[in-house]
Amino acid sequence: MAVYLMCLTLFMVGIYCILRKRNIVKIIIGLIITEYAVNLFFVLLGYRMEGRAPIYSPAQAIVNMVDPIPQALILTSIVIGLAVTALVVGIAIRIYEKYGTFDITQIKRLKG
Amino acid sequence: MAIRETLIPMFVILPLGASFLISLFGKRSKAFCDIFSNIVTAALCMMSVYSLFLTKASGVLVYRVGQWVPPIGIAMVLDGLASFMLLTINLVAFCVTLYSVNYMEQYTKKWKFYTLFLLMLTGMEGVIVTGDIFNLFVFLEIASVASYALVAYGTEAEELEASFKYLVMSSLGSMFVLLGIAFIYGYTSTLNMADIAATLSQKGLGKIMLFTGALFIMGFGLKAALVPFHAWLPDAHPSAPAPISAMLSGVLIKALGVYALMRIIFNIFGLNQAMLSVLMFLGTVSMIVGVFLAIGQWDLKRLLAYHSISQVGYVVLGLGLGTPLGILGGLFHLFNHSVFKALLFLNSGAVEYSVGTRDLKKMGGLKERMPVSAGTSFIASMSIAGVPPFNGFWSKLIIILAAIQARQFAYAFFAGLASVLTLASFMKVQKCAFFGKLSKNNADAKEAPVFMRASMIMLAAVCVISAALMIPALSKFTIGAAADVLAGGTRYAKDVFGGIR
Repeated sequence: MAVYLMCLTLFMVGIYCILRKRNIVKIIIGLIITEYAVNLFFVLLGYRMEGRAPIYSPAQAIVNMVDPIPQALILTSIVIGLAVTALVVGIAIRIYEKYGTFDITQIKRLKG
Repeated sequence: MAIRETLIPMFVILPLGASFLISLFGKRSKAFCDIFSNIVTAALCMMSVYSLFLTKASGVLVYRVGQWVPPIGIAMVLDGLASFMLLTINLVAFCVTLYSVNYMEQYTKKWKFYTLFLLMLTGMEGVIVTGDIFNLFVFLEIASVASYALVAYGTEAEELEASFKYLVMSSLGSMFVLLGIAFIYGYTSTLNMADIAATLSQKGLGKIMLFTGALFIMGFGLKAALVPFHAWLPDAHPSAPAPISAMLSGVLIKALGVYALMRIIFNIFGLNQAMLSVLMFLGTVSMIVGVFLAIGQWDLKRLLAYHSISQVGYVVLGLGLGTPLGILGGLFHLFNHSVFKALLFLNSGAVEYSVGTRDLKKMGGLKERMPVSAGTSFIASMSIAGVPPFNGFWSKLIIILAAIQARQFAYAFFAGLASVLTLASFMKVQKCAFFGKLSKNNADAKEAPVFMRASMIMLAAVCVISAALMIPALSKFTIGAAADVLAGGTRYAKDVFGGIR
């Protein structure tokens, strides 16, 4: 139970970081933390205490294996996260070139 | 496996392969990009028309990816709703690629545009045809990542700012979707959508699934720009190049947002009154807030973007009513909105192309100089405002009638009110941009080039013709078949498992 609560805390830290921070780089870090929290939660769903790696061999009985599917899914999700992070960092660099600042209170040419 | 089923993955393979080839060979020749991408979208368009007949003839088709039988492997499902959505997407996509031939000449590196565009198309088609909930998430992200890059395509200061805002909010939406998928997997131990539906109808929903429903409404609501989550749309959609605005507003928010949400709420959870009430409420709020924010705008594309929020509200209200008539109206409006909103954005692009401004105050009298743009824009404006002979009128009428039939008089009233305000707003657009006196700076404005005109005329023709979808014989195998899938609720599970051959 405690580990799920810590996972929730991590999620909340990420959301807080996105909502309250004014620096673009910190917002990006918040996004990454949120993503990791969700990934961690998904992996935890398939975990069992003292479980062994889900590798089938005829010698061993199938007992106490962890669920391999969440691990496979999260692998995909991490790759997607990498693509998003690369893109957002690229955009942040271009924003810095145009505006000369990372402060979102000064990046507000769009309104209405 | 019969040849029919192998059509389904083609909807994903074709644009994906094309975007790969364009990224390889597009640098060498511009003409290759133009011709090849137009051929691909035209082929997709024809395939989706064929898929309508196919689903009518042989019911639900299921493609087993890698020959794994569905509850274990990934399934791709083509049913009435999927083929209807595919038709909507590919029709708009074809018109948009035709338009880009001329329009994207303003930008450098045209091949990058086509690569990203086809990648976005891949993601959307994947979301529509997939029958696996995690696969849906993957395709959702493919389409989203391509659209972030396309919003920032011009790399001007405003575009980058809009793209950053869109990226952060939309990625957060995706995280909520992934969290929802985690809960579903934890509760049902399966990822196949039909299998989830079957398990849930046995096990009952319980509080945990209501919470998951809330997560999905948040996540997909962000993608669909329903009102509490709409803040990114009025920045992101106007910042993109006009063909991309047309694509984003026309189909992306519907394929990723509305379609995915409806598939999950109707077909997986089954018709659940609590979730439907939330949808109706959010739809009505978006409808009213969107139109009020739109009235005060003077930037043409921003005004259109706010109207997208309002019109998606109509779609969600119609679907959220949950009655067969409401679902029919919602889907009909979804199709109509794709067509006329894409057309309006293309018109705004044509005006920007020849006059060089998006500010309504600086236009005026363009009717004399740009007759085709003015004429098609008039048709689209009247459609979106719901003036009788055009398609928008019929779908709004069905939604309002369905609301009255379901005894939701307040929602019916607000739907009528929003329609009147939309009319007022588009009267302003027509008066400021196309009618009135020709201002001096625009005296030498030219009509848009030939491909842009052709694509606008095509969409305007669809606006007029699709009013005929009201005729029961026609609507039965297009919108009717799609509405049956949604109204059937968890019968989806039985249909999919019956479709495995």
